[in-house]
Amino acid sequence: MKISERLNAPRRRPIAGPLVAGVLLGAASLHAQASLGGYGSTTDPRVGLKGGFLDAATAAKGMELVGHVPKADTFNIAPPGGLTFANSDLAFQGNFVFQGNFSGFMIWDVSDPTKPKLRAAFDCPTSQGDPSVYGNLLFISSESTGDRRDCSTPAGRGGGGRGGRGGGRGAAAADSAAGRGAAGADTGARAGAARGAGGRGAGGRGGGGGRGGRAGGAEVLPDTGKSIGIRIFDISDIDHPKHVFDVQTCRGSHTNTLVPDPLDKGVVYIYVQGTNPIRPSSEMASCTDLGPVDTNPKNARFRLEVIRVPLAHPEKSAVVAMPRVFDKLEGVASHGQPEGARGGGGRGGGGRGGFGGRGIPGIDTLTPTSTAKDSARYQRSMDSVRDLPRTGPQQCHDLTAYPAIGLAGGACAGLGLLLDIKDPAHPRRITAVGDSNFSFWHSATFSNDGKKILFTDELGGGTAPECLTIDPMDWGGDAIFTIDRLEGTLTQHAYFKMPAVQTAQENCVAHNGGLVPVPGRDIMAQAWYQGGVDVYDWTDPNHPFEIAYFDRGPIDSTRLVTGGSWCLYWYNGRLYSSEIARGLDVFELKPGPLLSQNEIDAAKLVHLDRYNPQSQPKIVWPAAFPVVRSYLDQLVRDKGLPSLRTDELERDINAAEKLSGAAQRAALTKVATGLDADLLKGPKDVPRVKAMAAAVRALAGSIR
Amino acid sequence: MRARISGAFPAVIAAALVATACKGGTSDQTKSSATASPAGGAMGMGSMATNPIPADADYTLADVQFMQGMITHHAQALVMTAEAPTHGANPSLGTLCKRMYMAQSNEIALMQNWLKDRSQPVTDPNDPHPMMMPGMLTPQQIAQLGASKGATWDSLFLIGMIQHHEGALKMVADLFASPGGGQGADIFAFATGIDAGQRVEISIMQHMLNPAATGSPNQ
Repeated sequence: MKISERLNAPRRRPIAGPLVAGVLLGAASLHAQASLGGYGSTTDPRVGLKGGFLDAATAAKGMELVGHVPKADTFNIAPPGGLTFANSDLAFQGNFVFQGNFSGFMIWDVSDPTKPKLRAAFDCPTSQGDPSVYGNLLFISSESTGDRRDCSTPAGRGGGGRGGRGGGRGAAAADSAAGRGAAGADTGARAGAARGAGGRGAGGRGGGGGRGGRAGGAEVLPDTGKSIGIRIFDISDIDHPKHVFDVQTCRGSHTNTLVPDPLDKGVVYIYVQGTNPIRPSSEMASCTDLGPVDTNPKNARFRLEVIRVPLAHPEKSAVVAMPRVFDKLEGVASHGQPEGARGGGGRGGGGRGGFGGRGIPGIDTLTPTSTAKDSARYQRSMDSVRDLPRTGPQQCHDLTAYPAIGLAGGACAGLGLLLDIKDPAHPRRITAVGDSNFSFWHSATFSNDGKKILFTDELGGGTAPECLTIDPMDWGGDAIFTIDRLEGTLTQHAYFKMPAVQTAQENCVAHNGGLVPVPGRDIMAQAWYQGGVDVYDWTDPNHPFEIAYFDRGPIDSTRLVTGGSWCLYWYNGRLYSSEIARGLDVFELKPGPLLSQNEIDAAKLVHLDRYNPQSQPKIVWPAAFPVVRSYLDQLVRDKGLPSLRTDELERDINAAEKLSGAAQRAALTKVATGLDADLLKGPKDVPRVKAMAAAVRALAGSIR
Repeated sequence: MRARISGAFPAVIAAALVATACKGGTSDQTKSSATASPAGGAMGMGSMATNPIPADADYTLADVQFMQGMITHHAQALVMTAEAPTHGANPSLGTLCKRMYMAQSNEIALMQNWLKDRSQPVTDPNDPHPMMMPGMLTPQQIAQLGASKGATWDSLFLIGMIQHHEGALKMVADLFASPGGGQGADIFAFATGIDAGQRVEISIMQHMLNPAATGSPNQ
């Protein structure tokens, strides 16, 4: 669609019902709803920032970098680049930030968020190292065929042009003992010499027992020491994490999602999303890729894997369920209509017109010059197409659970899924959606009220520059959906994408994020790799807008060096970003026209003991003045009440704050009563006036 | 309403691709970047020569050959997808083509960088002596696609690109089946990404080709 048409297109064009498999049908109507349209801004302050690993220029609005630490020495390489030592996702518990890395993980003490202090750096090749934490246990996703149970380093890692690692990394460790221990907090003692001494040296690789068999394929050894699945660490001694168990799965764990058992406090479940090729049955007898899933229920594709973890006995963790949440999303010719199908509602003929009206073309429509031989070849092609094994979504890339409301959002490669997880061991699909603008459904975040969900599209896989002047704004960003639980449907609304054009030397696309707990608004904090991080409002699903951002220039302005922010999460008052190459960043939000100090203060009142972003917590605000004032600021901003009235409310609230005891309670009750009266007059923003009245009442009720 | 993709997209992207691949590169790299004429039939194929692999390298011969071969493989996809605006592609397919074109352009740059970082010969997409990788269309198939228009082009494209993508899946499977293949973090992420992404696209293309067989609840 031409840009001019897209800009003039209706902003809102809900897609009715689940678009299962047939995501491309009716693409024209999908396009028509693009709310951003066009391409990124070329005049934004983020455009054209000077590059550099540690000295890149920065641009910021509405947020400030208040803390930064580089990677632990053992993961720090020079020059930066590649994924071998890339930082990945974050999890939070108490005063600790758990930072995944493709070669292990780090534990940061953020008691002073401006000065994160390294408590442990565990060296253990474990791509991609996504962490979840619960009590004394840390769970790390492991997927690479090079990940070993004994954490030994694949031969040659660190050599061959990586530079700066020294010979130690090049050696395979000889021992297979568990509990390799953590690096000293600030010594970096495990690097270089320590590894070399404990290992075998490059020459020893050919001797057998380790890995070997790499360069030139000289040697092949039985590969029995792999760890592909979930690694479990005991972190009861935070300075010395102990590797206690590995749960092996057929397709590894690209990401993982922790869901506490609602009934048994001693149990958590881990949903595993694996994107690997299926392991050979010689390696794990239960794994098979043979036969279509319909005829071979053991086929490891087309399913989730659910690990049950008894917290007191992590060594007894095991896969307990493999729910086939993708069933009937494909091959419906032999299965009838998919569950949840609810008719087209407005798509009908228009959608069918895409390709369906034409059916399969006969070979005689090839070209006038086709020969019989060509025809025969194309006929064979057609046969192979018809006989293709099922190719619909066969795994999720990531899954965000919202246990408090019993839902999970599955970002499942070609489709977005809504799952019922009230029985966490047995997730059940409610519906699925497709979108022709989406390339790869990557992750999901719910609004706190559970009425909306946004999915991200990791177009290009995260290593490609997808924020160039030629990249449409409705590709490689987020799509916002409203959830109708009664109907079991998702309805698509606007897209959001970080709006500043980036260079070809910056990998840039939507990546991980989570909510900033501002009462009365849905605010997303999100990473965009080298597109930086930003914070945006998606309260109105049709009109998301950016509030704050921070961006650095490319790591290298002469070539694309993979880096940037993996994720941006709010945790107990600060925003934390895992920078793939540069380390850990900590940000403060700053007040401005789009976000007030009261709203920031209210967000800071929310305290979590633990935060696994893929296990979304229900945010509850305490009764407090900043919460009340947040609603008031929002009513001023959206003119939800006349300005004379909001001025009056501000005076009354200020006066009430100076009182105490019964007098304060009475003053606040009067404010609430006044808001009730406002509601009778039909204010512009009824829901917010109601919410404010409730917050004022709660505050009054909290006063003794 | 169903406007075609702007006819300029291949040129625009090709220019960006050159910029991507060549920024800061040597003249060697410039020459070998993916500058295949998108609309022409003369896509290039790389020679499969490799340099010796150091004993402490974090990659294997199979890794190098995978990257070299996939550049060749991707180069043909650029030729095919670039025809969409000029061959009367269905708008839905045109959108998909544009996305595939851009994605595979970026991936070619990534593969070229990967090879260059390891001092391995970078595949030249303009090599006049192509080596067929799995799933690639024969020159005759390419010629027939180029000679077709509208619905016929759509069909030939979908059949051909499904075949092409399946070949990529085979290349990934072969890589992981080779001793120690695909284990470096970068090639692992890249190859599994190709596998996941192209399966999604196959699914979409199968549906476009034959909605009745794959089904859509909204019809």
